[in-house]
Amino acid sequence: MSTLEIRGLQVSVDTENGAVEILKGVDLTINSGETHAIMGPNGSGKSTLAYSIAGHPRYTITGGSVTLDGADVLDMTVDERAKAGLFLAMQYPVEVPGVSVSNFLRTAATALRGEAPKLRTWVAEVKEAMEALNMDPAFATRNVNEGFSGGEKKRHEIMQLELLKPKMAILDETDSGLDVDALRIVSEGVNRAKANNNLGVLLITHYTRILKYIKPDFVHVFANGHIVEEGGPDLADKLEANGYADYVSK
Amino acid sequence: MSVLTTNYLTPSGREEAWRFTPLKRLRGLHDGSVVVDQRHSLTTKSALPAEVSFTREALSPLATSDDVIIERIRGEATDVAHLHIAADAQIKEAIFLTRLGGGVDSAELSRVRISLGSHAVATVIVENIGDTILAEDLEISLAPGSSLTFVSLQEFDAKSVYTARHHAVVDKDATFKSITVTVGGDVVRILPTVEFIAPGACAELLGVYFATTGQFFEHRMHVDHAVPHAKSRVNFKGALAGKDAHTVWIGDVLIRAVAEGTDTYELNRNLLLTDGARADSVPNLEIETGEIVGAGHASTTGRFDDEQLFYLMSRGITVENARRLVVRGFFSEIINEIGNEEVQERLMARIDGELEKAGA
Repeated sequence: MSTLEIRGLQVSVDTENGAVEILKGVDLTINSGETHAIMGPNGSGKSTLAYSIAGHPRYTITGGSVTLDGADVLDMTVDERAKAGLFLAMQYPVEVPGVSVSNFLRTAATALRGEAPKLRTWVAEVKEAMEALNMDPAFATRNVNEGFSGGEKKRHEIMQLELLKPKMAILDETDSGLDVDALRIVSEGVNRAKANNNLGVLLITHYTRILKYIKPDFVHVFANGHIVEEGGPDLADKLEANGYADYVSK
Repeated sequence: MSVLTTNYLTPSGREEAWRFTPLKRLRGLHDGSVVVDQRHSLTTKSALPAEVSFTREALSPLATSDDVIIERIRGEATDVAHLHIAADAQIKEAIFLTRLGGGVDSAELSRVRISLGSHAVATVIVENIGDTILAEDLEISLAPGSSLTFVSLQEFDAKSVYTARHHAVVDKDATFKSITVTVGGDVVRILPTVEFIAPGACAELLGVYFATTGQFFEHRMHVDHAVPHAKSRVNFKGALAGKDAHTVWIGDVLIRAVAEGTDTYELNRNLLLTDGARADSVPNLEIETGEIVGAGHASTTGRFDDEQLFYLMSRGITVENARRLVVRGFFSEIINEIGNEEVQERLMARIDGELEKAGA
């Protein structure tokens, strides 16, 4: 049982016009096995929350805390956060030219498990993860995210989620750019990771459609850099009907 | 041993061809003050197939040169180490030529010829290792329809000085592919040059270089499209790390008025891994006819991509390993073209080592 605790998190980014505050005090607690949907309009700071927790160098933490089972996440380097059990499925996964998917996955698994996975079991593990996400085996020989379609990039992110077995996953608009079939396949991957690893999920999305496949336990409405309303799954239905207009003006 | 006595025009450093080169570090190769020892260090690594011969003989140069060091070599070295691949031979295994360094107390001036008979196919890998002062006039002749992959590996130790011209004369429908790798030495200056003498020929000049603290590596291409319907591609990738690491890439491509139907593209990409390093990159395309298929060039110099490092690190990979992956990935496009796993892995390990040494 793990707990990711975000308390009063304030984050700014440097711009040409000086530092701009994006997150204005975010409070959120996620336990293993729970799925929290963060929903909000574009520009509300949802992605900033995701990248700040993962440790992207662009963001400056100006206040508050993030802890995983009591350990200070904000004091960790990016790789240490992953080793502590955090995973970020990115909205725009980055191309790494000349580095094959199989080399990348094995390097990551080696780093996270503390030793190189045994070749035979590893090959089977990767094959199974790829098959479960309807991915062509040739995928493993391609360079990381290079020339991938939007759907392939997202499948690749979720394949990593399944292989690397984190405690907590932040899914940053994993649904964006997916057609219905791909959305279903990717969502099933997330649900498998939840079932198999008792994963805690922070699901960031603009739209409610992914919530038909990945059932949230809690829904948080995010606007203007903080959470403005919280509720159960029924809150998503309300957002579906009314949109974000009520919150943007607040 | 002998001291060079012939007078040649000594470069001052103001000439276009020499303006980047640190002449003082050439150990007197450029001004004739060097002590010469004809040590014939180039040897074959293993037994050669029947269709391949390696001899020493007197040969006239294939092409003239305006390079003062090449002139010096031709004045001093009479015989030529000659690797010949007979017409129609299809040599599947790479042919290795190795140079063990002879030390830096004296210099070797060496002439080398690699020749392919018509329709011969071969891969020749020349390994330069150890410490040496070496000036080399290497000429390659490709008879009609032949195909050569020429791999030139500069894996020198730290004190070496190497200046060379690798000049290929490419006949009708022949294919020349060169992969030049420079990862060691104090000063390395290579002129990979290509001369097309009949239509339908193709040349691909690939290269990688990795200069760390204090090293100077210069690669100065010249591709002469003097006939119609020839194709050339140039793709050199470099990385630099550490104080005063300095690389120079010059890509001169000349499309003469007669060279209709020319297709050429040249590319140089540099990765600056630390502050204090300098990469000069000068593409230079001279076009005398508009009746061509294509001609272009690109040159980029950048730093580590923070987004790539973040992505890798977010999967638990340490910053050192993430950098290593990115650098390996950057070079792999070219290194993998060598087509010899053992050599490729050795070079990647050397690149890892250089990266670690530079603390990048």
